[in-house]
Amino acid sequence: MAARVLVGVKRVIDYAVKIRVKPDNTGVVTDGVKHSMNPFCEIAVEEAVRLKEKKLVKEVVAVSCGPQQVQETIRTALAMGADRGIHVEVSGKDYDTLGPLQVSKILAALAKKEEASLVILGKQAIDDDCNQTGQMTAALLDWPQGTFASEVTIDGDKIKVIREIDGGLETIKINMPAVVTADLRLNTPRYATLPNIMKAKKKKIASVKPGELGVDLTSRLEVLRVEEPAQRQAGVKVETVEDLVGKLKEAGRI
Amino acid sequence: SRKRDFNRSCSLFCVLQESQSFAVNMFKGQISTTQVFPFPSVLNEDQSTFLRELVGPVSKFFEEVNDPAKNDTLEKVEDHTLEGLKELGAFGLQVSTELGGVGLNNTQYARLVEIVGMHDLGVGITLGAHQSIGFKGILLFGNKQQKEKYLPKLASGETVAAFCLTEPASGSDAASIRTTAVPSSCGKYYTMNGSKIWISNAGLAEIFTVFAKTPVKDVKTGEVKDKITAFIVERSFGGVTHGPPEKKMGIKASNTAELYFENVQVPAENVLGEVGGGFKVAMNILNNGRFGMAAALSGTMKGVIAKAVDHAANRTQFGNKIHNYGVIQEKMARMAMLQYVTESMAYMVSGNMDSGATDFQIEAAISKIFASEAAWLVTDECIQIMGGMGFMKDAGVERVLRDLRIFRIFEGTNDILRLFVALNGFQNAGNQLKSLQKALKNPLGNAGLLAGEITKRAKRKAGLSTGLSLQGSIHPELAHSGDLLPYQINHLTYVCFADEQFVLHRVADCAIDLYAMVVVLSRASRSLSQGHSSAQHEKMLCETWCIEAHDRIMRDIKFLKSGSSKQIFKNLRAISSAVVENGTVVAPHPLGM
Repeated sequence: MAARVLVGVKRVIDYAVKIRVKPDNTGVVTDGVKHSMNPFCEIAVEEAVRLKEKKLVKEVVAVSCGPQQVQETIRTALAMGADRGIHVEVSGKDYDTLGPLQVSKILAALAKKEEASLVILGKQAIDDDCNQTGQMTAALLDWPQGTFASEVTIDGDKIKVIREIDGGLETIKINMPAVVTADLRLNTPRYATLPNIMKAKKKKIASVKPGELGVDLTSRLEVLRVEEPAQRQAGVKVETVEDLVGKLKEAGRI
Repeated sequence: SRKRDFNRSCSLFCVLQESQSFAVNMFKGQISTTQVFPFPSVLNEDQSTFLRELVGPVSKFFEEVNDPAKNDTLEKVEDHTLEGLKELGAFGLQVSTELGGVGLNNTQYARLVEIVGMHDLGVGITLGAHQSIGFKGILLFGNKQQKEKYLPKLASGETVAAFCLTEPASGSDAASIRTTAVPSSCGKYYTMNGSKIWISNAGLAEIFTVFAKTPVKDVKTGEVKDKITAFIVERSFGGVTHGPPEKKMGIKASNTAELYFENVQVPAENVLGEVGGGFKVAMNILNNGRFGMAAALSGTMKGVIAKAVDHAANRTQFGNKIHNYGVIQEKMARMAMLQYVTESMAYMVSGNMDSGATDFQIEAAISKIFASEAAWLVTDECIQIMGGMGFMKDAGVERVLRDLRIFRIFEGTNDILRLFVALNGFQNAGNQLKSLQKALKNPLGNAGLLAGEITKRAKRKAGLSTGLSLQGSIHPELAHSGDLLPYQINHLTYVCFADEQFVLHRVADCAIDLYAMVVVLSRASRSLSQGHSSAQHEKMLCETWCIEAHDRIMRDIKFLKSGSSKQIFKNLRAISSAVVENGTVVAPHPLGM
C-alpha cells in the first residue's frame, strides 16, 4: 500500500504546568511557560510511525499550525519517526483565534495537496478540549471518520477501527481515504532517542502560509473573558441533623 | 616523597608564562579576565536548539523510566533502565557523530549530566565512569585506529568502559602504582600483572583504561626506569577477572569491584598515548571530566532544594508555614547561593574548555572541591528542614546524602585537590622552600587585596543596579592591579616544611572563595546586562556571597599572618602525634575509669 499519512501535531502548554490566567483575563499565561506536544498527538504520531514500520504506509508527514515555535513540535514528531514536516505559518491575532474550524480547513487542504490516504489526529487537545478538528476535517473532505480509536488495523483499502464509546467498544470498518483520531489506549508513544533527534535535524520541514492553501482564518468565535474556576469555599461543620437541614434550606438547596 | 610528587605534578602541569587562567594569574597577583568576563556563551544557535531538544527526552526518561529507589535497593541499575539508556544514546554523548555518538561539546554534556545528577547519582556514576573517565583516554589520546576500533561500540553501549588506576596501596599517591606491563622481547605485546580496587563498572566493563608500570629506557642516559603507561585492555584478551560488587554507603546502583590482571597479553597497539606518559594521561583524563561533576551536582542540589522548598512552604508549626521563620530562611538562602555558585562554576569551566582553553586544571579542581562540599551541605540542610521526614527512606533525600559522600573522596580527594590548587597556582612551585616562601608572600597578599577590590565593585550600586556590564566597570580598573598597594604578608613564616600543608589548605580555601566570587560576579553581571527578570535576585545572591567570601578570606589571611597560627599548627601536630601513638584519644576518661 503506497499510502501517505498526514499527522497533525499541536503545541500545547505541558500537562504538568500549573496554568495561570493572565491579569487582563484575555487568556492564560504562555510566555516562558513549558510547552510540549499534545499527548494525544504523540499517540497519533506513534500510530503513524508503527504503520510505516509495518510497511502498510509509505510516508508519514507531520503538520503543525502556528508561529515559529511549533517547529520544535514538528521536530519531536520527526524524531519519533515521521519523514518530513509541514509548518503552516500562523501568528499574532490569527494564532490567538485559531481553532478547530480553521485547522480542519488547513488539514483538509493539505490532505488533498499531499494526496494523503489517511489523516491521523489526536482526539482532542489538552488546552481547549474541543474534540472537533478530526470530525470537521473528515466532513470537509467528505471522508469517513474513525474517532476515539483504541485500535487501528489496515486491511487492503479499508480500515478497521475499534472505537471507545460510552457503552464500551464499537468496531467499524471504513474506506480509505479516511480520518482517524487517537484515544488514550491506542498505543504508548516511544521515547525519542538522542540519535533519532540528531537524525531528525536532517529531515525537511516545509513552510506554507494558510493563504497559499486557500484557507480563510477568520474566526466565528470571540473570547470575551477567561477566568479561573471559582475558589472552593470552605465547608461548615454542623452539630445535628436539624442544623444540617436548616442550613440546606437557608442555602435554598431544599 | 610527597613533595617530589607534588613538584612532579606541578611540572607536568607547568603553566606557561602566558596563561590566561584566572586562578593562575590570581596567584601571581594579577587579574586575567579573559576566561571569566563575560560569562562564557559558547553555544551557537544550532547547538542551543539541539540541546533544548535533548533536554526533554532525557528528563522524561529519568522521570518516568528510571527508579532510583529501586536501583538503590537492588544495588544495581535495573536491566531495562540500562538498556533504555543505551537506546537513548546516553552512553556516547561526547563521541563524534561519525563514530556513532551524539557529538556533544562539554557545555551540552554538562546540561544533560545535570539532569542525571538531579535524579540518580548511582546512574550518574555508571554513565560517568564509562564515558567521563572510562574511555575519555581514547577520546583525548587515542590514535585513529584506536578510536575507530573502540568508540562506536562504546558509544552505543554495546561495550562498557572503566577507568583503572587505584590499587590497594596506591590511592592519592597514584604515581606509586605497582601493576606491571612488561614488554615482550619481540615488542609486539605487553604482559600485564596486578590488581586494582574500587573500580566503577568493573563488573560490567569490556574495555578498560589501565595504568601500569612499564620499564622505559632513558634515551640519553641509557638508564631503565619504571614509568606509568596507559593501556586499552579488553576483557577478551583473557586473564582479566573481577571480584564481587563492593557493599557501599551510597551510589549503590553503581558497580564497584576489584579487578585482577593475570598475565594479560596486551597488544603494543593498545598503548594509549606515549609509553611512559601514562601519569599525564591519567591526570588529563581526570582533569577533563571534572566539570561534569560540578554540573551533575548542581542538578542534584536543584532537585533537593525543590524538595526542601516544598516542605517549608507547606509545613505549618507554631501557627505559620515554616518558611516564615528566620532559621529556615537562612538555610534556604544559603542552599540557593551554594547551588548558584556551583552551577556558575560548572558552566564557566565547560565554557572555557569549549572555547579552547587548555589551562583550566586549577579551576576544574576548584569546581570539584566546591561542588562536592556544597552538595553535601545543601542536602544535609534539606534533611534538616524536612525534619523527621527527611530521615525517612520514602522522602528520597537520605539516599542522595549517602550517594553524595563519595564525591568528596573519589576522582582526587578534596584534601589532595586543595594542595594541588595551592601548589599549582604557584607556577613552577620550586623545589626550594625559599622560592615557595617568596611566591606565597606576594600573591596571597595581592589575592587578599583582590578580594577587597572585587567586593568593592560588587557593593558599588552604580555598577550593578544599572546593569552596566561588569566587563566595562571591572575590567579596566582591575587591570591596574599593579597600582594597588602591595599588601605584604611579612610574617608569613613557615620555616618547618611540615607546616606547609596547614598553610596550603587555607590558601586553597581563599583561592576557592576568590574564584567563586569572580564566577558569580560574571554570571550576575551578564544577567543584569541582558535584563533578565531574575537579574535583581541574582544580584542579591552575588552580593551576599561576595561579602561573606571576602570576610572569610580576610579572616584566613589574618590568621595565617598572625603569630598564633604557628602555635596552632604546632599544637595540631602534637595532638595528632599523641593520638596516633596512643591508638586512640589520649585524655583519660573524666570519670577516671
